[in-house]
Amino acid sequence: MSKIIVYVEQRDGTAGRASLEALGAAASLGAEVIAVVFGAGSASIALSAARTVALEGEQYSPDALAADIAAVANEEAANAVFCASTGAGRDLAPRVAALMDCPCFSDCTAVAADGESIAYTRPTLAGKLIANIKSTANAVATLRRNCFEAAEGESAVVAARPASTDFKALLVEIAEKTGGKLDVSAAPIIVSGGRGMKDPSNFKLIEDLAAAFGNAAVGASRAVVDAGWRPHSEQVGQTGKTVAPQLYFAIGISGAIQHVAGMKTSKVIVAINKDPDAAIFKLADYGIVGDAMEIVPALTEAVKGALADA
Amino acid sequence: MPLAHLLSYAISGDPPAPNDMNIVACIKRVPATETQPRIAPDGKGMDHSTTEYMLSFYDEIALEEAIRTKEAVGGEVTALTLGPAEATKEIRDCLARGADKGCLLTDAEWYARDTRTTAKALSAQVSAIGADVVFCGRQATDRDNAAVGQMMATYLGWACVTDVIEFSLDGTKGSAMRESEHGIETYTFELPAVITCQKGLNEPRYAGLKGIMAAKKKPIEEVDPELVDNMTEVLGVELPPARPEGRIIGEGTAAIPALLEALRTEAKVF
Repeated sequence: MSKIIVYVEQRDGTAGRASLEALGAAASLGAEVIAVVFGAGSASIALSAARTVALEGEQYSPDALAADIAAVANEEAANAVFCASTGAGRDLAPRVAALMDCPCFSDCTAVAADGESIAYTRPTLAGKLIANIKSTANAVATLRRNCFEAAEGESAVVAARPASTDFKALLVEIAEKTGGKLDVSAAPIIVSGGRGMKDPSNFKLIEDLAAAFGNAAVGASRAVVDAGWRPHSEQVGQTGKTVAPQLYFAIGISGAIQHVAGMKTSKVIVAINKDPDAAIFKLADYGIVGDAMEIVPALTEAVKGALADA
Repeated sequence: MPLAHLLSYAISGDPPAPNDMNIVACIKRVPATETQPRIAPDGKGMDHSTTEYMLSFYDEIALEEAIRTKEAVGGEVTALTLGPAEATKEIRDCLARGADKGCLLTDAEWYARDTRTTAKALSAQVSAIGADVVFCGRQATDRDNAAVGQMMATYLGWACVTDVIEFSLDGTKGSAMRESEHGIETYTFELPAVITCQKGLNEPRYAGLKGIMAAKKKPIEEVDPELVDNMTEVLGVELPPARPEGRIIGEGTAAIPALLEALRTEAKVF
């Protein structure tokens, strides 16, 4: 049976959803799962794992944390290390891989037992190709959100130890996102606007529709990010973020291949565009042809009404 | 060392400026982002026979930051890549934009190398060059692993900050900001360091005619790299499943009730 280390991100004693999915992925392989958590309050966390190693430290350094995770992997003679495919997970995983001298497979969408080994499925070329790969030795992988069942539960044994303080790069400040705005990479619903919104001020309509859902993030096409209408953090596509929400609205977005690559694995896609021949309609589950300036405000009101009735 | 520093050393006897930096920009030749890939006959990779190539998008940002760092503190920029002989085209582009020299780790099989093999070859050359700071794109827009920068730094035992949107140096002390789901994070570190560059860090310059002419005279060193065997075995590649055919619900605001009904009852996402 294989043994997998899962690095679980926690904030204030609560594990991140994407990390719980990584635990679920490891459990689905029938592996012995050992969770590693870092930071104040990590020793009190309850996770679905055979054991939890709590690294107690105050200061965050990705190189020091990677060294701690790799040390646990080596002590345990683990076959693999999983991280969530988050900003922190994708930063850490390759460092752990180098310390274990094995490859790193990023943003995997499926894992499967392959004899004694593990087969990993991951999109490449921004999702235009899907690769099935495995390592001839150990591997470190990051797992994409919304692709695996989360594992909830309690671990029997928590072993606490001090985290490494041998820092190279040190986190000195986090300017938290204001207003509780959801990030596109984490939101279950994304409302994206493109050049068809005609003017940056019209993105208020997009923001209003996202706000009406309550759990939606605002996204943007490359064209409007390059034009300076929206921040790069909202860009969806090949040179932005790859997303797979439950519901994706493409509003005034024509459907260039680079944009489509970043959102085509969304569960349901709705397109609103005034051009009935726009490429986005070939991809969308549901389309409305017409002027976004009229349709979006009316849709916002309809969504508010529907949610108020529910 | 630039001539001005040598002259000031000769005249004043002061040591050369400590900030005279050896800067490397790691770049990669990748399929153009418009590429609609086809699968090779063996089913284990992309058919490269008709592929057009380009400098990976984020590497333009890495190169720009390397050139800006040189402009700020002095030094020399090397554009380094692991690639086929044809990758001199991407290196020339970097030289035309302002890099001083190129280094090609010649490898006809570059496309098949995994993250570990690539990171080991590049970090060995970074050591040989004696770099103080290395800029990489946050990811190459082919495999999208976003791994080689961190792996290089780890093999070298250097500091590394990823997805950087703001970078500054004060002597050998560096500061870099990155954006995560939680907000903007600021890191401090000491050189040497690897910085992986995210969109927003800078606005890459294009090569002008003067730069293109100057690039023809700049040196490109070709090195036969030491390559460890891949640990990654490709079981197969496939095209993603096609989405089921969708439908146009209607035109204008009149279509909204039907859309919400479909999202509720068919798609069950709302």
